[in-house]
Amino acid sequence: MADTAFRVCIVHLDRNKADIVSFGDKNVHIGGSGLAAALFETYGLPTEPWSHPDQPLIFAIGCLTGYFPLMSKVVCGFKSPHHDQYAESHAGGRLALAMRFAGYDAVVLRGKAKLPVAVHVAAKIIETKDANYLWGANALTTGRVIRRAFPGASGHRSILRIGPAGETLSAYACINVDTFRHFGRLGAGSVMGVKNVKALVISGDGDQDLPGTDSKAYAKLFKKVYEDMTATEMMRKYHDLGTPGNVAPLNALKSLPTRNLTQTDDPEMEGISGETFAKNLLIRNTACAGCPVGCIHVGMLREQFQDEHRFQIRQVAYDYELIFALGAMIGVMNASDCLALMDEVEKQGLDAMSAGVALAWATEAYQKGLLTREQVEEDLAFGNTAAYKEAIWCLGHAKNEFYADLAKGVAHAAAKYGGEDFACVLGQEMAGYATGETFFASQSLSFRHSHLDTGAYGYDQKKHDKDPVKATAYFVEDERERVLLTSLVSCLFARGVFKKPLLAECLRAVGLPELAENMDKAAEDMQRLRWRMRLATGYEPEKTTIPKRFLEVQTWAGKMDPVYLENLRQSYITAIRELGAPLPEEEKQD
Amino acid sequence: MKILRASRMDRCIGCHSCSLACARQVHKKFSWSTAGIRIKSSGGITTGFEARLCLACDPAPCVTACPTGAFSQRKGGGVLVKMKLCIQCGKCAPACPVDAVYLDEKDQPFVCIHCGRCVDFCPHDCLEMRQKQDHVRQGGDVNG
Ligand code: SF4
Ligand code: SF4
Ligand code: SF4
Repeated sequence: MADTAFRVCIVHLDRNKADIVSFGDKNVHIGGSGLAAALFETYGLPTEPWSHPDQPLIFAIGCLTGYFPLMSKVVCGFKSPHHDQYAESHAGGRLALAMRFAGYDAVVLRGKAKLPVAVHVAAKIIETKDANYLWGANALTTGRVIRRAFPGASGHRSILRIGPAGETLSAYACINVDTFRHFGRLGAGSVMGVKNVKALVISGDGDQDLPGTDSKAYAKLFKKVYEDMTATEMMRKYHDLGTPGNVAPLNALKSLPTRNLTQTDDPEMEGISGETFAKNLLIRNTACAGCPVGCIHVGMLREQFQDEHRFQIRQVAYDYELIFALGAMIGVMNASDCLALMDEVEKQGLDAMSAGVALAWATEAYQKGLLTREQVEEDLAFGNTAAYKEAIWCLGHAKNEFYADLAKGVAHAAAKYGGEDFACVLGQEMAGYATGETFFASQSLSFRHSHLDTGAYGYDQKKHDKDPVKATAYFVEDERERVLLTSLVSCLFARGVFKKPLLAECLRAVGLPELAENMDKAAEDMQRLRWRMRLATGYEPEKTTIPKRFLEVQTWAGKMDPVYLENLRQSYITAIRELGAPLPEEEKQD
Repeated sequence: MKILRASRMDRCIGCHSCSLACARQVHKKFSWSTAGIRIKSSGGITTGFEARLCLACDPAPCVTACPTGAFSQRKGGGVLVKMKLCIQCGKCAPACPVDAVYLDEKDQPFVCIHCGRCVDFCPHDCLEMRQKQDHVRQGGDVNG
């Protein structure tokens, strides 16, 4: 019987030592989301604050990572500085394959380094190096310096790092991964920051045998998956215009959050459409390692820094969420200006969505006189790119009391300065889909408070009867399917290809026939485990709210229906409580 | 005989599909190193990618360096490899001017054999099999 345990590297930052442990079971935990939650269950401190030095920062891949195309993501599990509860964030880049070839299913950082360090994990190396000199450096500079500090394995190495936002412990600091990818949302960057880890380098410098016992059959299956991934129309959507292709359709559906959600469409939308980006700014595509689709769109930012035609150019990755947050939401309806703000957010190491929504709220609050010029420092006004650029710097550096408050989240700032009615917060700062009741209910309550937890934004866009029971069943079921993929760990763009029969074939090919038979049960168990961890760390879904602004939204389907929204939320809350109920064994033990 | 060329690397998206395909199909490995083609970034992702692969020398310095004949000259450029003859001395790798021979932990060499099985896996058509032109097949005096 093959060993189905995960190989986990636990780095103790305070002792400069690591444990290599056999952990869990692939047949039970699958990997990724499931493995991260299981590791948190073992190593996390549910009732201690997120900043406790012993809280783990977990990076987990899955049992299919690297073995098939688009099995290319990593799940980061941590206690979030945004709400102090267990959270998850996902990223690609080269990290997933680098971890696979370094020989670890998960890397866990524990403890706190005395002074800022860079941690290096490779097949035969676990070391930390002083990075005190990099504290304060932005995320781009840090990447550049770290590449020089850890030479070798070029192209086979992943560099994770934080910017100033992670050092000032913003509630939405991200971890930048390999220049163009991020563990965004919910503040993983600050967990790295509070541990004094400026960078984590994973070198995928080990070699491995093919999985399973039949290399021919494996190669054949790989080819089939590869062909499906590159041939389908569905994938074209991701590499052609990419997700920015959503801007125009959402605008047409009156579902594009604009100017702090005072509008859901805008006559100037054209300026930031996917088509405009592709025509004027797109210079190339790039990919996560192991993904032939190559959905990462890189635009060219050309900025004049002196009269007499002196320009600097930079490459900036863009996608729909960024265009919504740093474009429409703050009334910046020009693609090039959007790129400039994305570039600044990247440097500060902030989550782009939260940063954009925060600035949108601050703009309206300032307009309404809730904030003074001294507090906001810049002339925050919809469309004022130059002011926003400065404000992003202030946010990353928590420059004054106001920006330090805003960096703790829009809900936090609104509670102190007023303007809660128009704080666009659904658990965390909203994602770019003002599609209707099901999306608002879903994001406000779901596990990651993310548009990717369920397909609710798609559900809204189709005609449906307003039946809370049906919609809740859809949320729960759809989440379970996604947990299966985020445990394996697949890119969610591949969900149209990775249907269950194909996944079962893949699992059998890598020697996991038992999991192939039981994947529904395993996925459900991991879905429940995640919710248990969430509730154990203090989540009270009953306390989440829908700010008034969301009820004023009008979409193609008409006005929001507050009664339906509330019924839906109550029904989903009941489902979440049921999913996250403690196991009977646990009760006995207590 | 045709040879592999990475002619259009400006289009490369860094997916590593080519290395993984070579490792999987030719060398029966799961790896992005034990392969005839390896993808490097030339200094961060913004600078693009380059491919490490055999240029199909004729005569091939790696063949001269190999003491056992495990590496032998391939007609049309490059090498034929007979792993049974390899004593893992590791002499081939440093002899290669373009770092195309990868040595694994046991000094077992991996090099492109110009079979072209990676080509179909490149989504951006960066790679191609093509005839090496006669006038560049052998340099200097040999061409007379
Ligand atoms: S491996 Fe290197 S030395 Fe040998 S033929 Fe290829 S390029 Fe020339
Ligand atoms: S031509 Fe063959 S040996 Fe060379 S890199 Fe491609 S697959 Fe490998
Ligand atoms: S398959 Fe093509 S695009 Fe992908 S890394 Fe290789 S050369 Fe680049």
